[in-house]
Amino acid sequence: MTTAATTVVDAKPAKPATMAQALGRALRDAMAEDPTVHVMGEDVGALGGVFRVTDGLVKEFGEDRVTDTPLAEAGILGTAVGMAMYGLRPVVEMQFDAFAYPAFEQLISHVARMRNRTRGAMPMPMVIRVPYGGGIGGVEHHSDSSEAYYMATPGLHVVTPATVEDAYGLMRAAIASDDPVVFLEPKRLYWSKAAWSPEAPTAVEPIGRAVVRRSGRSATLITYGPSLPVCMEAAEAAEAEGWDLEVVDLRSLVPFDDETVAASVRRTGRAVVVHESTGFGGPGGEIAARVTERCFHHLEAPVLRVAGFDIPYPPPMLERHHLPGVDRVLDAVARLQWEAGS
Amino acid sequence: MKKSTMTVRPVQDLSGAAAYRPTPPPAWKPRTDPAPLLPDSEPHRVLGTDAAARLDAGLMRRLYAELVRGRRYNAQATALTKQGRLAVYPSSTGQEACEVAAALVLEERDWLFPSYRDTLAAVVRGLDPVQALTLLRGDWHTGYDPREHRIAPLCTPLATQLPHAVGLAHAARLKGDDVVALAMVGDGGTSEGDFHEALNFAAVWKAPVVFLVQNNGFAISVPLAKQTAAPSLAHKAVGYGMPGRLVDGNDAAAVHEVLAEAVERARRGGGPTLVEAVTYRIEAHTNADDATRYRGDAEVEAWRAHDPVQLLERELLERGMLDEDGVREAREAAETMAARLRDRMNADPVLDPMDLFAHVYAEKTAQLREQEALLRAELDAEDER
Repeated sequence: MTTAATTVVDAKPAKPATMAQALGRALRDAMAEDPTVHVMGEDVGALGGVFRVTDGLVKEFGEDRVTDTPLAEAGILGTAVGMAMYGLRPVVEMQFDAFAYPAFEQLISHVARMRNRTRGAMPMPMVIRVPYGGGIGGVEHHSDSSEAYYMATPGLHVVTPATVEDAYGLMRAAIASDDPVVFLEPKRLYWSKAAWSPEAPTAVEPIGRAVVRRSGRSATLITYGPSLPVCMEAAEAAEAEGWDLEVVDLRSLVPFDDETVAASVRRTGRAVVVHESTGFGGPGGEIAARVTERCFHHLEAPVLRVAGFDIPYPPPMLERHHLPGVDRVLDAVARLQWEAGS
Repeated sequence: MKKSTMTVRPVQDLSGAAAYRPTPPPAWKPRTDPAPLLPDSEPHRVLGTDAAARLDAGLMRRLYAELVRGRRYNAQATALTKQGRLAVYPSSTGQEACEVAAALVLEERDWLFPSYRDTLAAVVRGLDPVQALTLLRGDWHTGYDPREHRIAPLCTPLATQLPHAVGLAHAARLKGDDVVALAMVGDGGTSEGDFHEALNFAAVWKAPVVFLVQNNGFAISVPLAKQTAAPSLAHKAVGYGMPGRLVDGNDAAAVHEVLAEAVERARRGGGPTLVEAVTYRIEAHTNADDATRYRGDAEVEAWRAHDPVQLLERELLERGMLDEDGVREAREAAETMAARLRDRMNADPVLDPMDLFAHVYAEKTAQLREQEALLRAELDAEDER
């Protein structure tokens, strides 16, 4: 059983903070605590990142620790490998999902397997920050959901926050991890706000735990990152139809929290996996298979997927048709009233 | 079709105005003078020139002993492929001067970043020859602790180890350590994107790195002419703002001298250098390659006549820095090394299949623990049979 990530101790209501601010605060706090933490990437310095996540860090820690690199993703990640070899903890920014692809060889051929190839002698403690997903009207190459590529590579952790508190807690956990963590930041939640105070303690949980965001009895929505608010809204709307939906926020795709997910589906007997990434070859297929393997005798209906279409990410003026919205989730929930032979 | 009633007006009415003068662009000048960065037109040589009179006899004898040992090591490793003890061996026969000089030019605190062909450089730097061959035998991918001798894993993807060298050297400098990284790459590797990115980062960061390109003529079968249109690979340095040096890669004294200068320059904060060593791969790409399909015997023979071991041996004998006893000693030491390597490589490696799960993550995931249990059950069942 998991607990909520936030511990509220302050009696005064905390000021609203955005996810981008919480991420920046996590970087700041980690850098202040550990002089080996270095932030690097294109535009992370004076500009503070195109999403302002690294805002103010260069002023506080200087250019040696907050480095505007040349514009080259393989070079950014490749030099980070060497820095980690010498005992630093680099946090690299890939600026946008599709910009990370030139760095894939470094990620897959070196970052992910350095620990393994050296029999544990050379771990790769680093965080690879990737703003991902659509919904912000980005032009081509600015809205990919690339999580399945990362999930398919052993040696990487893959996490994605959906709340302001988790953005802080997961980032702290990712930086503290002795293994490389691909940190997927849902772009359209950067400006989502929550009453969260950076001064109040925020739980930093080990990577790999899902959390039940909403309890329910009639079906489980399994989701993560940008699709969590969609599922929460769908769950509210479904109440009118008599559906009492449980919502599980995975938070970590690798390692995968089979326990929390399976426990939920065993309770509810029905499940829908919701994500923006393509359905074919996407994370949902893996999740549905795992749920089926563990909960077959508890299932009242097939595990359904609500995913993005199997198309290259659409142009911004059409993206609303592609992104799974509340209605598409509710349609899937309706289909859970499945009868054998139907 | 209706005729347009729109009147076309000039963008700017210049009638009566002063004659048009374009605004000159803001002043531009090159960011740095390219002349000092340019390599010499001929590869630098020491052996067979007047400069050889200045050689340090102790260093030369050391280079010579390692060249002889290295030649024998290459021959022994190649023989082991024929006996099925090595899956594959990319020989550096003919390139030993580069391998040996690269290893000997570094201080203990420095780091070496070898490619898959640079086993010999790792061995000369002190790595156990059997550990150095683990990757090629196939019992583990690297198998040694890179921190023990400060040798990065032998890198199979081309040029991807170069940015690692830059990052490590940069990190060392940030920590205040005067550590230099020497990264080795082949001529084919210079075409890869990571070569470009590594050199660019190194120059911008003034990282204490030396890039050693062993231009051995071929990337498997593709000759240099089909690899690059640059005047030489050393010329590429100028575009990054670092000096390019061209050296005879079969002249051990010259390679050592050029690398020593570059290492010294890096150590005192002068930034990176690109060194191109012009050499030749006497053997095929690996034992699995047929070199007769892409090159002629005459070319190989011409390079055999310019053999790095012979070049140094003759020079040292003529100058009295080495005698017949010294030659015999070096050869005997090489034979002893080869015999010991043969014996050790003929022993079957002891492997534990459970190691497959041991080093994927710092802590095994639940999924890996399940798979570990499966394999353990399979192994137990095998034992019972």
